[in-house]
Amino acid sequence: MGANSLQAVLDAGQPVAEHRPWPRVVVTAETWNALAEGLAGGAWTLLGLWGEVSWVHLAAHEFASGFIGVASLPCPNGQFPSVGHRHPPAQRLERTITDLVGLQPVGNPDSRPWLDHGRWPVAHPLGTATPRTEPPPPYPFLLAEGESLHQIPVGPVHAGIIEPGHFRFTANGEAVVRLEERLGYVHKGIESLLSGATLERAARLVGRVSGDSTVAYALAFARAVEAATETTVPDRAHGLRALMAELERIANHCGDIGAICNDAAFALMHAHCAVLRERVLRASAACFGHRLLMDCVIPGGVATDLPTDGINVLRALLAEFRRQLPPLVDLYDNTASLQDRTVGTGFVRPALIQQFGCGGVIGRAGGQAFDARRQPGYPPYEQLEHEVPARTDSDVNGRVWLRISEVQQSLTLVEQILERLPPGPARGELNHPGQACEGMALVEGFRGDVLVWLRLAADGTVVRCHPRDPSWFQWPLLEAAIENNIVADFPLCNKSFNCSYSGHDL
Amino acid sequence: MRKLLFQNLLRLPLTVAAPSPSAQALAELGAKVDRAARRRLGRSLAIREVDAGSCNGCELEIHALNNAFYDLERFGFHIVASPRHADVLLVTGPVTANMREALERTYVATPDPKWVVAVGDCGRDGGVFAGSYACVGGISTVIPVDLHIPGCPPNPMQLLEGLLALLQAQ
Repeated sequence: MGANSLQAVLDAGQPVAEHRPWPRVVVTAETWNALAEGLAGGAWTLLGLWGEVSWVHLAAHEFASGFIGVASLPCPNGQFPSVGHRHPPAQRLERTITDLVGLQPVGNPDSRPWLDHGRWPVAHPLGTATPRTEPPPPYPFLLAEGESLHQIPVGPVHAGIIEPGHFRFTANGEAVVRLEERLGYVHKGIESLLSGATLERAARLVGRVSGDSTVAYALAFARAVEAATETTVPDRAHGLRALMAELERIANHCGDIGAICNDAAFALMHAHCAVLRERVLRASAACFGHRLLMDCVIPGGVATDLPTDGINVLRALLAEFRRQLPPLVDLYDNTASLQDRTVGTGFVRPALIQQFGCGGVIGRAGGQAFDARRQPGYPPYEQLEHEVPARTDSDVNGRVWLRISEVQQSLTLVEQILERLPPGPARGELNHPGQACEGMALVEGFRGDVLVWLRLAADGTVVRCHPRDPSWFQWPLLEAAIENNIVADFPLCNKSFNCSYSGHDL
Repeated sequence: MRKLLFQNLLRLPLTVAAPSPSAQALAELGAKVDRAARRRLGRSLAIREVDAGSCNGCELEIHALNNAFYDLERFGFHIVASPRHADVLLVTGPVTANMREALERTYVATPDPKWVVAVGDCGRDGGVFAGSYACVGGISTVIPVDLHIPGCPPNPMQLLEGLLALLQAQ
């Protein structure tokens, strides 16, 4: 542990009591700036940045040591030194803090609003909540100047069954010169709904931050609550949770592999992958009562235990995958016309991936071998054998192969979990500490690491909860991935990222 | 690839039998779908999906309608890319304030005769997100709705039952 380790820097702050499992410390502006400097220098990864009425919080991770910590800076004057000024991945998060809470990041080079489109009845809903009457202001997009450039505005309503967002392309002929995203269209005010909610309602809300990752979110929320209240979960619940998480991963990856191929007009792959995905959803419904497994993970354990024939249903599912998946993998591998579209398309520089701490498939296809199931890790994965596939090609093809490898890994995980599922109860009672407490959790969803931070009141209700989607650190890289690609390859690039709009917009 | 294609020619289809239209949906539709409109459109309806703030759970199940098990197109439904081509708007979400105008404009851009189907508990009344500063509420607070298909999210069978009712309502 060097003098400049994350832990050493945070040791300078005042520790906050009842924050678990990682430390949270109150820091001075000087330490705050040192953190920004360290993030910019690549020593640490930004995990999250969020605000309260007169506080900003920054969560960071040191990959080498595995240390995770939260720094909190008081902002009595409604300002804080910008982290985004030194470390660009923080910029959109800071714009969001201004939109929601009203705090000003001093020095952030981008002062435009982000989630706030000027259409909410109040300004700064998590802060002063000032009523607003003026019409929404126009949004200035960044300039791209040059001869024969033209713009293509796309969205928010897209030409498929996709979530809404706006993409502003500037193109020179067919080549994209610049893509600028504008998000926030599906902002639902989830953080404000969470404040004051009971644990039961909060779990339902967090499970709907991004419907495709409902298990990952519910698990992150449950683990944060359990950390805050120092609740121990029965071993069987850990097994069942991992089972659901892997089913969710397999289903989504199958959908994505097919959808990417479909965007290269290769419908056969899409049709077969959709059948595999449907089989997972049906098995999920048969085992746990919900196709997407919504509300199945709850604080304390899981809502429903595996029925008696559940193990057989899942074994049959595994057998089906063992039969159907290899020919599809061969099909992808042997179709040159398909690879012609995917190889080399949507390349993201690994340095950029590292800077943004980009997790999930995009990160691991670009050399960032981070997986929250390994580090910080959580049960029962330490008892299971699995690899974390990683590649360095960082293009659409690499992301397809990474998903294929991850499906294969998840299948072996499901197999191992079924073999070792311990007997006993599937849920336990939550502790009631009778005082305010705080918890945090990092969980690996199919898209990447989901972070949930929360503070509970003495009566067990939620005071403040901040869920952070992996997409926050992936969306900006899509702008880089499409550069110099042709407009027609944007759907391929976008689908190979498959970022969440809802998870990002909150 | 040839092997894969051949195998599927010889195997029985995965497609499930068509469900009967939902009685509840038929009752809700009542006289809304008039004969003239049905004659003009035949048994073919073009659907434009609009996400007005959903968590994307409904989108996943609407996507599933197109898989081999549910095979939406056998009933004459097609998902289309533009509201200009659509007869039906399939709308999800609690209508976020930031999506309200886009939804209104999509509705206006859809030629008459047209129907609006509100999908999911959010589409009915805002669902779990009701009461938020950022949500307007059910779809019917913004545009007229002909049919609700509740659920969180409704599964593909429930979606099919609702859509078939739309075809059969007289």
